[in-house]
Amino acid sequence: MRLSALQSAFLDWLADGDEDEAQSLPLRRAAGLAVYQNNYRASLMACLVETYPQTMAWMGEADFRAAAAHHIDRTPPHSWTLDDYADGLPASLSAQFPNDREIGELARIELALSQAFVAADAMAMKPAQMAGLDWDAAWLKVIPALAILPLDTNAAEIWMALAEGQVPPVAQEQQKASAVLVWRQEEMCRLRRIDGDEAAMLTLLICGPVLLGQICEQAVARWGEEKGILAIGQWLARWIGDGLIAVTQA
Amino acid sequence: MPTLPPRPHFGPSFGLGLRRPHYQDFLAGGVPVDFVEVISENFMVAGGRPREILRRVRTDYPVALHGVSMSVGSADGLRGDYLARLRALVDEIEPCIVSDHLCWTRYGAHNSHDLLPLPYRAETLDVVCANIARAQDVLGRRMLIENPSSYIAFSHDEMSEWDFLAAVVARSGCGLLLDVNNIHVSAVNHGFSAADYLAAIPYEAVEQIHLAGHTQGCKGLIDTHDQAVPDPVWALLRLALARAPHAAVMIERDDNIPPLPELLAELDVARAIAMEELASCA
Repeated sequence: MRLSALQSAFLDWLADGDEDEAQSLPLRRAAGLAVYQNNYRASLMACLVETYPQTMAWMGEADFRAAAAHHIDRTPPHSWTLDDYADGLPASLSAQFPNDREIGELARIELALSQAFVAADAMAMKPAQMAGLDWDAAWLKVIPALAILPLDTNAAEIWMALAEGQVPPVAQEQQKASAVLVWRQEEMCRLRRIDGDEAAMLTLLICGPVLLGQICEQAVARWGEEKGILAIGQWLARWIGDGLIAVTQA
Repeated sequence: MPTLPPRPHFGPSFGLGLRRPHYQDFLAGGVPVDFVEVISENFMVAGGRPREILRRVRTDYPVALHGVSMSVGSADGLRGDYLARLRALVDEIEPCIVSDHLCWTRYGAHNSHDLLPLPYRAETLDVVCANIARAQDVLGRRMLIENPSSYIAFSHDEMSEWDFLAAVVARSGCGLLLDVNNIHVSAVNHGFSAADYLAAIPYEAVEQIHLAGHTQGCKGLIDTHDQAVPDPVWALLRLALARAPHAAVMIERDDNIPPLPELLAELDVARAIAMEELASCA
């Protein structure tokens, strides 16, 4: 058997554990073959358990592990880094539990947190820099370690309660469009609920460097001059205080 | 990155794997080791705390990068994105050693995230040597290749693992990371002599030696790296150091990680064995 055929057959067997496939491998000593099957599944399960602790706490360990095993059965890893294996679980959970939408959303929050943890570093603007900045010429953008997740449920409140060791609220659908903001400040990952208006303005910055005047134009068009400028001023102060904003060029 | 003094050449150096429970110990400085080894992939990330910790540790200790995902045995070659990321880490950290395993972890689009065994035959030798040559070319430096633990053997093997390793060294110019625990585990599982294995190693290529523990499974030994170094592995270290007295020796503990003083005490055992072997050679 050529090496390419052997490796293809071995990976097929790892993914599905089929006994006939195991028999087809050219082995003269097969007693330890099960060790590889165990290592494969254990490493993938460990990755999912480590990435989604609050999702597991919400579902219960047995149910989470069963759902994760279902995912492992159907989704072989594709990336050289085991960390990337966690990427597919939120969609898998949403598909497995369509009537419990908070489960998939909890997992999306935890995935965003884990991705923010190792996202590229950036020099965030400090509040003390605000006074000296030429705001007419400054191009603003958000740091790379930031994500906005639209939510249909109160998954953010459930996650925060679980993370703080408190009794989580009952899952419920949101009446109004909202989102959760996930980001890393220094070395700490953080999240907070934001409403649809703040999410829309922050999304302008995610899409690319923009001038303050361009954001203000959008805000004025939405809410009128007085209310729009006031809202941008308040949000910008908070965004800078939270370490979300980087200045690309002046 | 500060330029650290070169490690002494009169004898072996001694290091530990840098693992999360010990980050604060190493960041505080003063841990009596000559180098630390990290799993390369854990730090091949864009930024954040892992990379920052490695930068800070590197200011006080030489760092060895030890990979688990290069997959030098893949029949369809190495992944360019993996090599580019590793090269970026190498450029930043300026490691004293870059190593990976004699195994395969990926073929085509699928990965196993495990160190899978290779059939030891001429076709595999061509694949492994071509992949190591490409890696060394991209990285711009010599790599070390580590002997794996294995639990199965292939019916169409054409040579022993030690002969295969010697051929890889001769053809690719790579160095060797000799894991004496892996030799013990495979020797017990496959019924060969660890001493025969060690006798056939091209020691001029051995730059590093790994020490670890293992677990007794129902059908053989399992390379779990979650136990103290056992006596048979210490005995193999003594044999290896007699032939490779300048190797960098380190303890690789990946699970069930004890407090740092416990690992440092184990490292002192390695130091004592090395000193005895050096004295007997003098």
